[in-house]
Amino acid sequence: MSELATPVSKKRPEFRNINAFTDLTTYRMTPAAWVSILHRVSGAIMFLLLPFIIWMFDTSISSEISFAKFKAAFNIGMLGLPGFIWKLLALALIWAYLHHFIAGLRHLYMDVTHAQTNEFGKTTALITLGLSILLTLVLGAKLFGLY
Amino acid sequence: MSVNYGSKRLVVGAHYGLRDWLSQRITAALMALFTILLLAQVIFTKGPIGYDQWAGIFSAQWMKVLTLTVILALLYHVWVGMRDIWMDYVTSRVWLRLSLQVATIVWLVACAGWAIQVLWRL
Repeated sequence: MSELATPVSKKRPEFRNINAFTDLTTYRMTPAAWVSILHRVSGAIMFLLLPFIIWMFDTSISSEISFAKFKAAFNIGMLGLPGFIWKLLALALIWAYLHHFIAGLRHLYMDVTHAQTNEFGKTTALITLGLSILLTLVLGAKLFGLY
Repeated sequence: MSVNYGSKRLVVGAHYGLRDWLSQRITAALMALFTILLLAQVIFTKGPIGYDQWAGIFSAQWMKVLTLTVILALLYHVWVGMRDIWMDYVTSRVWLRLSLQVATIVWLVACAGWAIQVLWRL
């Protein structure tokens, strides 16, 4: 190991050639990577919208009058914003909860069974992404009164 | 002399690695069970759900106690998650990370207090 013995410390190479516009947009993430980052994003969304969640809990449960206010916020509007904006916000929460929930179950299952093959990771990641989006669409259609 | 090797070795000073990993899963499992239980009550309610049916679900004492437990589990779960996010992305300025962590705690405790107040005055 003659390199280690040399007293002259060589400067470590730095690679700073990542361009945010040309490289990040063409970087292909695996399904498991998407599930992972979206798990974090969905958690952060729910963290930021906590007051809205508790507001919904409060108004929907406190009294008949507040329950009517709760319904009016989504059907008519609130704070100068039309009802569909609040419905979209609720839909964002629905997706975030579904994704976080299913991705979390995937985590728990992997921890318990020590499932750690590439195929299993890829299949369950695709199931997580697909199922959360599918259920969001189903519940979103209900929320906007399509059925 | 205390044993500090094998299964008793000290990996990091604070030991929060395993504790948080485990608590994150236990709180998650509790919240998942609560979700399924609440969904089941909504689904098996006969007829359209108005205020009486919805508030009725949370008026039972066992449901209040369970919901309180879930609120506390959520509080800890979100703290661990958000702290991980700050630790991963806010690395260059310690004062900024500490401020964000303190703000997270204040935000979470305030939200938990509000939720508990709503629950117990029902």
